Amino acid sequence: MNVSQPHRTLLDHNAKAKIGKRRMQSYTLWIVSGIFLAAVLGIVLMILGAVAVLGFPGLTAATFLTDTQGIAGGLQNAILGTLVLILASIIISGTLGVLGGMYIAIFAGPKVASVLRFATEVLSGVPSIIIGYFGYTMMVVSWGFGYSLLAAAISLAVLTLPYIVRTTEASLRQVPKSYYEGGLALGLTQEATLRKIMFRPALPGVLTGILLAISIGLGETAPLLFTAGWSNFNPSLQLLHSPVAYLTYVVWTYSQEPFAASHQLAYTAALLLILLLLVLHIVVRLLQRKKVA
Amino acid sequence: MKFSSAFSKLFKVATGIAAGGPLLIVLVIIIALVIDSIPALRYQGWSFFTGTSWNMGNAYASTLSIHGGEKAAFGASFGILPFIVGTLSTSLIALVIAIPVAVLTALILVYKVPKSLGKVISPMIELLAGIPSVVYGLWGILVVAPFVQHVLGPWLMHLGTIIPFLAGPIQTGYGLLTAGLVLAVMIIPIVTSTTRDLLMQVPQLPMEGAYALGLTSFEGIRFIALPWIRRGLFGAVVLGWGRALGETMAVLMVSGGAANMPANLYSAVTTMASAIAADLDSAMNDYTHMSVHALTLLALTLLVITLVTNVAARLLVYLGRRGPDVEVQA
Repeated sequence: MNVSQPHRTLLDHNAKAKIGKRRMQSYTLWIVSGIFLAAVLGIVLMILGAVAVLGFPGLTAATFLTDTQGIAGGLQNAILGTLVLILASIIISGTLGVLGGMYIAIFAGPKVASVLRFATEVLSGVPSIIIGYFGYTMMVVSWGFGYSLLAAAISLAVLTLPYIVRTTEASLRQVPKSYYEGGLALGLTQEATLRKIMFRPALPGVLTGILLAISIGLGETAPLLFTAGWSNFNPSLQLLHSPVAYLTYVVWTYSQEPFAASHQLAYTAALLLILLLLVLHIVVRLLQRKKVA
Repeated sequence: MKFSSAFSKLFKVATGIAAGGPLLIVLVIIIALVIDSIPALRYQGWSFFTGTSWNMGNAYASTLSIHGGEKAAFGASFGILPFIVGTLSTSLIALVIAIPVAVLTALILVYKVPKSLGKVISPMIELLAGIPSVVYGLWGILVVAPFVQHVLGPWLMHLGTIIPFLAGPIQTGYGLLTAGLVLAVMIIPIVTSTTRDLLMQVPQLPMEGAYALGLTSFEGIRFIALPWIRRGLFGAVVLGWGRALGETMAVLMVSGGAANMPANLYSAVTTMASAIAADLDSAMNDYTHMSVHALTLLALTLLVITLVTNVAARLLVYLGRRGPDVEVQA
């Protein structure tokens, strides 16, 4: 208390007014920040609330058990199609991504690793519509795949690959280097060390990356528009020349139709997407908690 | 032993090939786009980037338009300036709105919101980043477009006497402003969470020093925290911008879809990404294939713009994280 005494005598009226002004400025900016935070949260709740309220009436058994027909119907084909597309794309991007992430984290020298990492970052910056466009002109037309599961799955895999590579690499890097050296010292091959010693502690991180990739693939539309096409029937599981239905397409097209029944279908599809994403989000949170523990 | 070491080598090679995947894909996409877009450049010349008329021509006419030795449907002209302007203007509106909101939100999250509450709020903001773009588009149609048409637009029009660009007429609510608003909401979570992560790396000591010197909390942020994360923050903003540049579906649903130069803030516009999505179907019907070549050149232009911004942003975030003081703290 005594220490501050001399300073206090220096404060004339003018300086006090200045401090008051600066405090006011600070308060004002915090209040504005608070309003912005509230606005952002309000928008989250508004979007979720609107989708929940509008989509809920469509959550009937019929929605899950019938296919879309014309302007309305159910969503069975789109739900199954989305699942098949995600599964097929994750088989591709998961394999490539986990292996690629391992190489960058363990085997590659620092220079090669930085080049590969840079390429991965670049790929994650490619707009999804360009991947879709490329998929269309190359796979669907030039290579004659037609609208098909394979063309769509590859497009989605290209889109999600960078995320899996990045998270796999990051989670392997968090495993102490001594684990790796210890494995080699015990006479294990590089591959066995990686698979049996390093991969276990990195697994929650790798899974997080794959779930992230799934949630990105789930919400994408642009790369599927011209590769998956659209089908009023359940996915045929043929790789080529057989279009696949998916949920985001329903949200996009059926919201533009002038019929109430179509709108209902779009809202319900949006609600299903949000619910699936919410589940993925929660699982990712749980995995992250496990990673920390 | 011999078998396992052979398998180990094979495994190593397999991981190497997989790791080369992204590089290979990027190169193949760029090369394929370049090769496929050359005819369009030959037909249209450099006016491709400066022309304001996008017209695929009359595919049923008996004659063809021939320029630069390349054939196209009669009357076809490919000028992508409206798309470039649409992309840049919608994304700039988004940035102007998103930057202050995102940065201030990140600041209050890091410095004022109690940790227990922050644990609820942060996942909500991350959830916002994960919402599919078509759902944003749906929200744009249901909420934002009517809001712009009936509330925000008429209000902004009062300012039209000062800034002519704000004077109407407001037509449908689908247009530049609506697309910008929806894009802003889409990039706010990206910029917020990156800024929050950067702010967490700012060491406590200088901040405490600032308070000890009698700075108010916001002055501490302005003179210590923000300069500390400056480069990273810039990178985060450009990262968000890259997302806005490449966004297709949400913009396609709320931009009004007109290939015109915007006359005012409410004009219907089209961006490069949504033009590709909207026009590919009809371009495939052009038997001269020139429309597809033109779309490829449009895609290539978009790719170059987004790659340049993304690479710059990632470099800046990387350099920002690599600050020597930040590393000591970590």
